[in-house]
Amino acid sequence: MLSYATRRLVLSIPTLLFISFVIFMLLQLAPGDPMAQVPLTVPPEVKQKMREALGLGEPPLVQYWKWLVQVFWTEPKVFIDWAFGTNMTEGAQRVISWQTRSPVMDIIIQRIPQTLWVVGTAYVVAILIAIPVGVYSAYKQYSVFDQAGTFVTMIGFSIPPFFTGPLLIVVFSVQLGWFPSIYDTTHVVNDWGSFKIQLQQMIMPVMVLALQITAQLSRYMRASMLDNLNQDYVRTARAKGLSEAIVVNVHVVRNSLIPVVTVIALGVPAIFGGAIITEQVFKVNGIGQLLITALFANDLPMVMTLTFIFAVLIVLFNLVADILYGLLDPRIRYD
Amino acid sequence: MTDNTTPADEPLQAIEALADKEPSKPPRSRAKDVWDQFRKHKGATFGLGFLIFITLAVMIGPMLYDVDPQKPDIRNKNFRPIYVALWDADAKTGWLKPLGSDQLGRDQLAQMLSGGRASMAVGWAAMILSLFIGTAVGVAAGYFKRIDGLLMRTTDLFLALPILPLLLLAVTLFRQPLTASFGLEGGMFILIVTMIAVTSWMPTARIVRGDILAIKEREFVLAARSIGTTRFKIIRRHLLPNVLSPIMVSAALGLATAIITESALSFLGVGFPSDFPTWGKMLADAVVRMEEFPERVLLPGIAISLTVLSVNYLGDGLRDALDPRIRGR
Repeated sequence: MLSYATRRLVLSIPTLLFISFVIFMLLQLAPGDPMAQVPLTVPPEVKQKMREALGLGEPPLVQYWKWLVQVFWTEPKVFIDWAFGTNMTEGAQRVISWQTRSPVMDIIIQRIPQTLWVVGTAYVVAILIAIPVGVYSAYKQYSVFDQAGTFVTMIGFSIPPFFTGPLLIVVFSVQLGWFPSIYDTTHVVNDWGSFKIQLQQMIMPVMVLALQITAQLSRYMRASMLDNLNQDYVRTARAKGLSEAIVVNVHVVRNSLIPVVTVIALGVPAIFGGAIITEQVFKVNGIGQLLITALFANDLPMVMTLTFIFAVLIVLFNLVADILYGLLDPRIRYD
Repeated sequence: MTDNTTPADEPLQAIEALADKEPSKPPRSRAKDVWDQFRKHKGATFGLGFLIFITLAVMIGPMLYDVDPQKPDIRNKNFRPIYVALWDADAKTGWLKPLGSDQLGRDQLAQMLSGGRASMAVGWAAMILSLFIGTAVGVAAGYFKRIDGLLMRTTDLFLALPILPLLLLAVTLFRQPLTASFGLEGGMFILIVTMIAVTSWMPTARIVRGDILAIKEREFVLAARSIGTTRFKIIRRHLLPNVLSPIMVSAALGLATAIITESALSFLGVGFPSDFPTWGKMLADAVVRMEEFPERVLLPGIAISLTVLSVNYLGDGLRDALDPRIRGR
């Protein structure tokens, strides 16, 4: 298992390098010009100097190399400096956002908590709902509960978040006035009252996201339970007189969770990647929203770094999912 | 000896076990089996019906209701749909604009129809293109061992790409060059269809490759090869028909994702230009005035959701109907 994990880790390095190269070259084709906003009165030679200051004077391959150095060498050092108070990166060039002229990583670090709070909570809520629903609807297959569950999951699959989002806003914040329609990221939780406000503003985005994730997970759980319920070991467990609760909750659920856990692991990058649409609808100041604004503002270093981080997370959690699968299920052997 | 008195006029009866069994019912074709199983799935039947209905509506509808969806009519702006008159007699309604009109007086029914046309066209085109790429890659990887590794690594690579960010990226980046050469709407159509297809073919490729790998070792393929069938004929006549069912299931799911993705792009403002209605675009434009005119969000939203719901149910039913293990039961 260890050798498998190492091999996969080593293999993921060229994959990630290639992905970053593809994204970089894609961005090179971008028609936008970061100097487009500079007034026409600025003389061309000054413009040229500004261009070079942004690192645009060099050929693309040199730019790519410098980006690599900044992301893989300078940024970790900055992190060490920040963590241990050392001083290794004095004056070193970091990845600079064209919008704000401040380091990209600093902005990302600022935005991550909002995304983690909202999307992460939604994920946890979805898991907590989906697994019992999946278990029960598989156990009572074709019952009313199962039919209703299937219908709701189908709806969760089919209704896009850009429809459920505004719908919830109209019902709950306009008509009923229960929850605010905009997520206030500056809100500080320091006592019970402010915690309640935080809860109120989180409910709607979490509902929208959780509906989607629950739909997927509960279907996986149901399918996996159905596979396991007809297995011989279940009959054996019943035959030796175990109570139905133990048979289902201990024997079957634990075995059925194996594929579901890997599906959950595969979904983790989406938590960090942020739900672009949901964040946009509820004005959550998170990573997804950062990506959208950077794209519209033609902020290529920001877009490049964010997309690359997403790619790293996806590759990493694919690996985690495969390893988890091997660890949880002794029948799987990667040799 | 007593039982030997069989009357001569009674026809000779064979022993029961040796009797030729008449086929109890006429032989059934596979298509009929599939259809019968499919019909049992109520959701799938509803899905198929609704999909046909909505496709016909957006194809034929604009011919029957030939109001220009783009024509502003400022005098008759902000009409509510006619059904609002049922509970609110003072609402500004009229048979002139059956589903109301927007802030420029553009007819909502005409917009819904032509918006649906755009959404469905993008959905179908992207789904077909994505299926084509996926099947081609899957068949090539499964059948030709030499390129299997390369193609599957490429598939893994595409699966590792962050899809929605990349879609947004590509659409924002290539909008200008493509619209310059193909016109505003044509360029956008090509761009969105291609991008959706390029980012969604991977599951199909994986499934098709797996099935091809299993089928190509079967005897009938060996038989075909031994009588000198060329490789491409084997693929076309023997392999492709056998992987048709997973392809059809992923076609249904692909159509649903393509419609949702197109609407999402329109919603985020990187889709079609604003004077070219699609369901997602109409929804996005109407969100700001949703309190006064909820129907402008509800109608396109419900249209998208129902279409996707019916396609998903269709895929579910197809999967059950095409799976011989389930079909027998």
